[in-house]
Amino acid sequence: MSAQLSLTVNGELRRTSAATIAALVTDLGLKPEKVAVERNGVIVPRSTLAEAALADGDVLEIVHFVGGG
Amino acid sequence: MDMQATNPDSDTWSVAGHTFRSRLIVGTGKYKDFAQNAAALEASGAEIVTVAVRRVNISDPSQPVLMDYIDPKKVTYLPNTAGCFTADEAIRTLRLAREAGGWELVKLEVLGEARTLYPDMRETLKATEVLANEGFKPMVYCVDDPIAAQQLESAGAVAVMPLGAPIGSGLGIQNRVTIRLIVEGAKVPVLVDAGVGTASDAAVAMELGCDGVLMNTAIAEAKDPIRMARAMKLAVEAGRDAYLSGRMGTRKYADPSSPLAGLI
Repeated sequence: MSAQLSLTVNGELRRTSAATIAALVTDLGLKPEKVAVERNGVIVPRSTLAEAALADGDVLEIVHFVGGG
Repeated sequence: MDMQATNPDSDTWSVAGHTFRSRLIVGTGKYKDFAQNAAALEASGAEIVTVAVRRVNISDPSQPVLMDYIDPKKVTYLPNTAGCFTADEAIRTLRLAREAGGWELVKLEVLGEARTLYPDMRETLKATEVLANEGFKPMVYCVDDPIAAQQLESAGAVAVMPLGAPIGSGLGIQNRVTIRLIVEGAKVPVLVDAGVGTASDAAVAMELGCDGVLMNTAIAEAKDPIRMARAMKLAVEAGRDAYLSGRMGTRKYADPSSPLAGLI
């Protein structure tokens, strides 16, 4: 079991043992290929989500397309 | 005879190198559910849908999502910045959209206030420049002002999308003169975005020479959205044909259609 990290995900505080952003996204029940991720204000390219290591205190925004005008 | 005008299949329009047959773009907001949304899209014949970019629901990720009902491989998703009130917010949203969709063609709108949802043109221009420099192809919601439309075009807008009336108002095209002036002055496609309430409004936009019409509420809030979607498809086609056919001149007084000679 890896160390727990404290993150802010979409405005909510979360603790995770996921090592990478892709692992976190999957743990949240989401499909990495259907979302876009911003970490600390910087876009993380989808192709690098599996290698993007999480750090304690990271602020993540995970978004997707929803209905809109 | 101009076969371009007589064969509707060859009457296409292009934006930033992408060619479409349907001149109707529909939104994906305000529907009862995704199934109704998908059925209305089908009836509208639209090849482009606008979508919003929002946080995923991390507390209930099993909820159905738009992509389960509207396949982005079959229909072009046009990410929109609805709800953004500054250039920075809109740019941030579209950078995320590009990552989520891998698509440069986007719709930019930067709103000025909640009451009218009128665009803030200073922020809109600023965002257009930044986005164009980053390789985006922004289709830009704007006021119905021919000078603003030209400024957007110079800043890198690949299409200008003047409002016909406030977003969601259904008031129809309020100023035909300014829409026509924008069409006459533009070298990029012009699409009326916002204000359409019923089929005749869409036809008016097309008769003024617009390349297309974007709408959401007019279809989604109709009592029968699927039937209204079909009405809009037909209205856009009818308006386009009427524009291409070159309408008759108007007269101040009557002119009989039947010959006067040979009356009994």
